Amino acid sequence: MSFSHKDAETEKAIFARRAIMAAGLVMALLCVLAARMMFLQVSQHELFASKSENNRVQIKPVAPIRGLIFDRNGILLAENLPSHSLSVVPERVQDMDYTLALIDTLVGLSASETKRFEKRLKQWRRPFEAITIKYRLDETEIAKLMVNAYFLEGVEVEAELVRHYPRGRDFAHVLGYVGQMNEKEKRRLDAAQYKATRRVGKIGIERFYQDKLHGTVGYQKVETNAQGRILDILERKSPKPGQNLILNLDADLQHVAMEAFNGRRGSLVAINPKTGGILAMVSSPSFDPNLFVNGISFNDYNRLRDSLDKPLFDRASRGQYPPGSTMKPFIGLSFLQAEITQWSEKIDDPGWYMLENDNRVYRDWKRRGHGNYINLRQAIIQSCDVYFYEMSFRAGIDNIGPFLGQFGFGENTALDVGNALPALLPDRAWKKKYRGRSWYAGDTLNLGLGQGFMLTTPLQLATAMSVFANKGKWNQAKLVQYVDGQELIDTALPADVEIKNPQDWDRMGRAMEGVIKHYMGTAKALNNNLNYRLAGKTGTAQVVGIKQNEEYDSEALSERQRDHALFVSYAPADAPEIAIAVIVENGESAGRTAGPIAREVTDFYLNSLKQRPGINSDVFGLSNIGTEL
Amino acid sequence: MAGDFLRQLDDSGMGRGRNFFQKLHIDLPLFIMLLVLVLCGLFVLYSASGQNMHMVSRQMVYFGIGFGCMFVIAQFNPYWFQLAAPWIFGVGIIALILVLIMGVGAKGAQRWLSIFGLFRFQPSEVMKLAVPMMLAWFMAAKIMPPNLKVILQALILIFIPTLLIMRQPDLGTSLLIAVSGLLVLLFAGLSWRWITLAFMVVLGVAPMMWYGVMHAYQKQRVLTFLDPESDPLGAGWNIIQSKTAIGSGGIEGKGWLQGTQSQLEFLPERHTDFIIAVFAEEQGLIGVLMLLILYLMIVMRGIYMASRARDSFSRLLGGSLIVTFFMYVFVNIGMVSGILPVVGVPLPLVSYGGTSIVTLMAAFGVIMSVYTHRQM
Repeated sequence: MSFSHKDAETEKAIFARRAIMAAGLVMALLCVLAARMMFLQVSQHELFASKSENNRVQIKPVAPIRGLIFDRNGILLAENLPSHSLSVVPERVQDMDYTLALIDTLVGLSASETKRFEKRLKQWRRPFEAITIKYRLDETEIAKLMVNAYFLEGVEVEAELVRHYPRGRDFAHVLGYVGQMNEKEKRRLDAAQYKATRRVGKIGIERFYQDKLHGTVGYQKVETNAQGRILDILERKSPKPGQNLILNLDADLQHVAMEAFNGRRGSLVAINPKTGGILAMVSSPSFDPNLFVNGISFNDYNRLRDSLDKPLFDRASRGQYPPGSTMKPFIGLSFLQAEITQWSEKIDDPGWYMLENDNRVYRDWKRRGHGNYINLRQAIIQSCDVYFYEMSFRAGIDNIGPFLGQFGFGENTALDVGNALPALLPDRAWKKKYRGRSWYAGDTLNLGLGQGFMLTTPLQLATAMSVFANKGKWNQAKLVQYVDGQELIDTALPADVEIKNPQDWDRMGRAMEGVIKHYMGTAKALNNNLNYRLAGKTGTAQVVGIKQNEEYDSEALSERQRDHALFVSYAPADAPEIAIAVIVENGESAGRTAGPIAREVTDFYLNSLKQRPGINSDVFGLSNIGTEL
Repeated sequence: MAGDFLRQLDDSGMGRGRNFFQKLHIDLPLFIMLLVLVLCGLFVLYSASGQNMHMVSRQMVYFGIGFGCMFVIAQFNPYWFQLAAPWIFGVGIIALILVLIMGVGAKGAQRWLSIFGLFRFQPSEVMKLAVPMMLAWFMAAKIMPPNLKVILQALILIFIPTLLIMRQPDLGTSLLIAVSGLLVLLFAGLSWRWITLAFMVVLGVAPMMWYGVMHAYQKQRVLTFLDPESDPLGAGWNIIQSKTAIGSGGIEGKGWLQGTQSQLEFLPERHTDFIIAVFAEEQGLIGVLMLLILYLMIVMRGIYMASRARDSFSRLLGGSLIVTFFMYVFVNIGMVSGILPVVGVPLPLVSYGGTSIVTLMAAFGVIMSVYTHRQM
């Protein structure tokens, strides 16, 4: 160290120069900061102002309350019950394993609940969006969770309205159910309207009337903090609740019909001919639609799907069966319409029928035949096949087919049965197209008996019976009577069935009464203690399409190869109030299986329900009940 | 021009009180400006903390301690600092080594040293004063401008504490401590040749730092700085929200306690490192410019005071401390407004936190000391 070289004045001068330089640097850097701030606060102000506003204010959609569904007498069939569910906001959970373990010890988590949660955790979702982990908490569970809320950061008990079907099984197919909205439905439905909605109608009325039941979405303009917690509601537009539906269905009649099947496979549809209103629509066996609301478990679903009885299948609107002899009243009218016979013409029935140039023998169901006195009336009462072979041959497909079409066979004429199948009314063009062959006379003979290619659904059969009972005047079959107090009007009404001699309606009706009253009638067993005029017709349909290699025991196999039993009827015959079609799968004898079910339902409708006071006018004032919940 | 400004600062407000405050070894203009800054800071903190009076009163206690430290340190003749510098530096280095061996920490960094479990202190804070002191002591004994040998020796002195702090790891503090040491070199007349060379070396070393020294979270910060939108909910959240807060403030600001970004908790770290965003949101560009001018006046006054000190040691120490103070301001506002990476540097005398306040006020005590002890 040599102090001799150190010069205080030089050092001071060096520092002074450097100090001025430093001051200049400081000013320059401050100018950089000032410029940056000006850029952010002046040039970019609008951008960031809107960003900040978007941060602060969120528009939260508010789901409307789903419309309620009542039966014709105001009995609640679909309601919204408050339900508490447990949800987790993963972003706010410090230690997920610990939290899940604690929830498990408090309220219990099943393996499927954990699995579902973990699956949802991996899927994309908005930041801070809650994931529901457990549905339907009871009071005790809520209390346990509340007490331990301190240890459960990010876990919330949410209240929501969940669809509930008090008369579950009776209405499972016809009413349908709601379930979690899937991707396909999200694309189909109006995104804006369904922003806050989690469940939509999957089948049945719930699906067909989805738009009306849903209502109009509301919104809340809310101020939230960074965690998404709502601090203040700035503005609110209440959602408009969905429209309430009042059905034509009668809850008690539906129940009686369901019970009448006693677990047998089959279906019943009852229609009021005067209005077309569907009074009962049953597919048996049924299932509990409430299982589907919160997402059905794999086990439950597999059990329903794999059941031999196919409880998920809606037989009433989608079950396609050969109508068998239940077609005879309609086909009989087509003979008269084609003027190939009269009521008085009698034929001889030896028990078989043969076409010229064809060695195939067409047999009557009665081996030795019905005798030589069979006219149209007797052919209906005794269900004579040979009479119908003969007359069908005379009339030909071009007279029979189009006439049957006027009753709605081969198409879905119902106003609001969404997924009903059209079934099949064959004609020449159909056979050429799908079977590649021309129409043979033998095909007409089969059609004359309601066999062969023809298929109908119970809904179609009941509709046709209803039009018949109404003397050809059409009313579309409809499940819903009022939408928010507004009566449903037919939109695609088919043309009325006009016949040359309107008295034939009555004559054919009386023949159908004979089916029950006459000592030779195929359903004479139904005549016991009958206190009204019942007109009906039995039918059997051969079972096709049972695969021989399916795995079930031989007893079940043979049971499932028996003929289907069908029955159509209406009553009272002079002023019809209820038209019914029943099918009992593998029921074999229509008079012993399908017939009694129709009789029981008709009895209940005409005898028990009539004692009850009529439709309560207060029901129509229920249009806004949804808002009061 | 700058010179005129400094002289005006010197002449203003010194009238009658000059003798009294000189006896107390307090520079009145600097003291008043610091007081204004501190009071402003308390108002901002009240808003930024979500109107937490408890936090504000604690900050007031810190300021009390800080001003106490400043007052006490200002009484010492700079001669004593010169004498003590090597010792403080040596003890500081030992403490830094101890931190690495047995330090306590939080969030993956070891920065604290627990003394008998009674209280904890952060040796790196001591080094903020000790490094410029040591460098000033070292340079004052050498011929100025320094030759190559001296420069290399000085760089080693700077490098040791910097490396130790970087290992904690605390990149922001270590870099700023290195800057405070380098500033001494600069004020000592480091020739432009070396400065240019150093810049080129830094450019060369940067890639090596990236692959060798930096931790993953530090790299992430740099990456996020370069493209905050790439991770809007993770690392980029802070910078996006702070820019939104500043930008939405506009020219006039949203008003005190009215900043939605900060009051609704969108802004992270809003009472510590990001407090300037709260201020900018609520007071707007006008407030920000006034704050920047206040900082500018403090720094200019500080540089002037350092340049009026009686010897090289005092000048170098004062100059380094006041420009380092400015570097804190620049780095903090720069990072919050998105022109520098997020390195975790508080805004001097405004951000909440006792350690930083006490260290900074002690530095101002040193500056006051070198200015008010001019007579030999």
